[in-house]
Amino acid sequence: MRLTRPLTAAVFAALLLAATACGSSGSGSSTGLNPPDLKPLAKLGKSEGEVNLIAWAGYVEDGSDDPKVDWVTDFEKQTGCQVNSKVAASSDEMVKLMKTGQYDAVSASGDASLRLIASGDAAPVNTKLVPNYKDIFSGLKNGAWNSVKGQMYGIPHGRGANLLMYNTQKVSPAPTSWSAVFDDAGTYKGHVTAYDSPIYIADAALYLKATKPELKIKDPYALDQKQFDAAVALLKKQNADIGEYWSDYLKEISAFKSGDSVIGTSWQVIANLAADEGAKVKAFVPKEGSTGWSDTWMVSAKAKHPNCAYQWLNWIVSPKVNAEVAEYFGEAPANAKACDLTSDKNFCATYHAADETYWKNIAFWNTPIEQCLDGRTDVKCVPYAKWVQAWTEIKG
Amino acid sequence: MALLTRTAGALHRRPRLRLALLLTAPLLWLAVLYLGSLAVLFVSAFWTTDSFTSEVVKVWSTDNFHELFTTPVFRQVILRSVGVALAVTALCAVIAFPVAFYTARIAKPSRRPLLVVAILTPLWASYLVKVYAWRLILSEGGLADWLLKPLGLSGPGFGLPATVLTLTYLWLPYMILPIHTALEQLPDNLLDASADLGARAGRTFRSVVLPMVLPSVTAGSVFTFSLSLGDYITVQIVGGKSQLIGNLVYANIELNLPMAAALATVPVVVIVLYLLAMRRTGALSSL
Repeated sequence: MRLTRPLTAAVFAALLLAATACGSSGSGSSTGLNPPDLKPLAKLGKSEGEVNLIAWAGYVEDGSDDPKVDWVTDFEKQTGCQVNSKVAASSDEMVKLMKTGQYDAVSASGDASLRLIASGDAAPVNTKLVPNYKDIFSGLKNGAWNSVKGQMYGIPHGRGANLLMYNTQKVSPAPTSWSAVFDDAGTYKGHVTAYDSPIYIADAALYLKATKPELKIKDPYALDQKQFDAAVALLKKQNADIGEYWSDYLKEISAFKSGDSVIGTSWQVIANLAADEGAKVKAFVPKEGSTGWSDTWMVSAKAKHPNCAYQWLNWIVSPKVNAEVAEYFGEAPANAKACDLTSDKNFCATYHAADETYWKNIAFWNTPIEQCLDGRTDVKCVPYAKWVQAWTEIKG
Repeated sequence: MALLTRTAGALHRRPRLRLALLLTAPLLWLAVLYLGSLAVLFVSAFWTTDSFTSEVVKVWSTDNFHELFTTPVFRQVILRSVGVALAVTALCAVIAFPVAFYTARIAKPSRRPLLVVAILTPLWASYLVKVYAWRLILSEGGLADWLLKPLGLSGPGFGLPATVLTLTYLWLPYMILPIHTALEQLPDNLLDASADLGARAGRTFRSVVLPMVLPSVTAGSVFTFSLSLGDYITVQIVGGKSQLIGNLVYANIELNLPMAAALATVPVVVIVLYLLAMRRTGALSSL
């Protein structure tokens, strides 16, 4: 229950919809996104008495999973908004549910959020109505995955980076670069692991961005055919040295504990849990930087309870609650003040919550679409559906 | 009351009506829910996905099947899946035969029901628990490595051999049971007659036991083959980086439903072919 992100993120489906929506609505802006003209809520009205949420498991906890984990009951008491939450298993499911118009808000990841914006299912958010927004780390504001032309489409919830994790006993010298899992993966043949999702192609692209400047990769989510082919070729070469791919965090932990995997991509929370269970592991951001994910609470354009939805947005990023969610889920909180309220005083340091230079090197998950996200207009980029096909071929 | 008597009388006089009433519900279930959903699956495999919207376009096209047969990765995965299913079936048959022979003929009759229960016990545990147990057994420094270490060997690690091994363990009871039943029903006097006519054990086995038990082996193989061909979770847990046909269906189901449907028809076709082949042996009539 606690860590279903790996599963949900793994599914990561149907990003192509975004491409469509963008395509049909025409393009002209540098991001390739030109969403329908929707107006954010102008001012808060009376509470409607209830709010319907779609969330990742672990984001909306009312004590029914663990009596100690409960930030919904207080919200209901204070605002009078009864919370009805629906746990979604994938970004695709979130988008489908949002299209029904029965939900008011959703905790969307970078892939889903862009789709929701493009299709007009998510409304722009008036950040003035969310007092806690001012305490959100600046690195999370106006991101490519949660805003369009300076207009926020949601309130950032938390973030995490994809790290390079290695077994400190079996891997020496200590790696400093992603080359350890790409060009030099042969050293640990059969014990290298990688994230099992088409979006992992971006990790290869990020490595090529640093090592093959002639490819001129600017954004690992905006790859033209030539850049894409290079990334796929690199991953096909890597496949020979892979022991197993992982999408389930339990599998990753057990593989590092037993030594079946000694080096590969990971998340901070996996590194912590594996270390707690006795595995000799270390996880860090290699010198090329890394990919990562960032979640945003968005309000439906068809919300029937917008006032309660806005109150929820403000509540979930309030310092105390944001600290609780971040610790329960294992991610960096979005609210700067949350760091003083975590039960583990080193939590924010461990997860680099306030370390903006750390996040500068992180390319957050985004939706690869045909219009290049890096602003190029002379070439077409490879859309996500092709990423999915290529991923099947890479695994062979 | 009178109505009830009259209805009963009418039903008594019309046996066909009686039969129709009795069979309508189950036949509807079979035709509409079971065969109907298979038909929908097959039909949707001929639709396409708009590569831009990822929405299903209901236009008749054989593109998916064309892609299925021309893309090397699909061919490779299909062959790999059939290979795994055949290997599991063969391994199950080889292991199940001696086990069933012991439980049905050698063990004391009073102990036989207990042995059958013991064979069935693994079926009581959850599939996932068993597969994760195998993950621990096969992991580096796990039980397999520890057992093979004195011989200077190491375990197979994760990969296709591990998948075959785990699936064999999972489906073994389905192979043992039919063979056990067949061996149990083997009349003693046939064996005696064979011995009286001068046949040694090996000859009796080849000429008497095997022909009588073979239909049961094929019946068991239908289970092990079809269950292995459809499995996609075991290979995710112990298969290392390998993918089987079920994994491809899973990977396509969200973005490209028609392609997933086309892929899913492959195991259906393979199993129909397998059943037709088995029918020639007469195994299906003894099921």
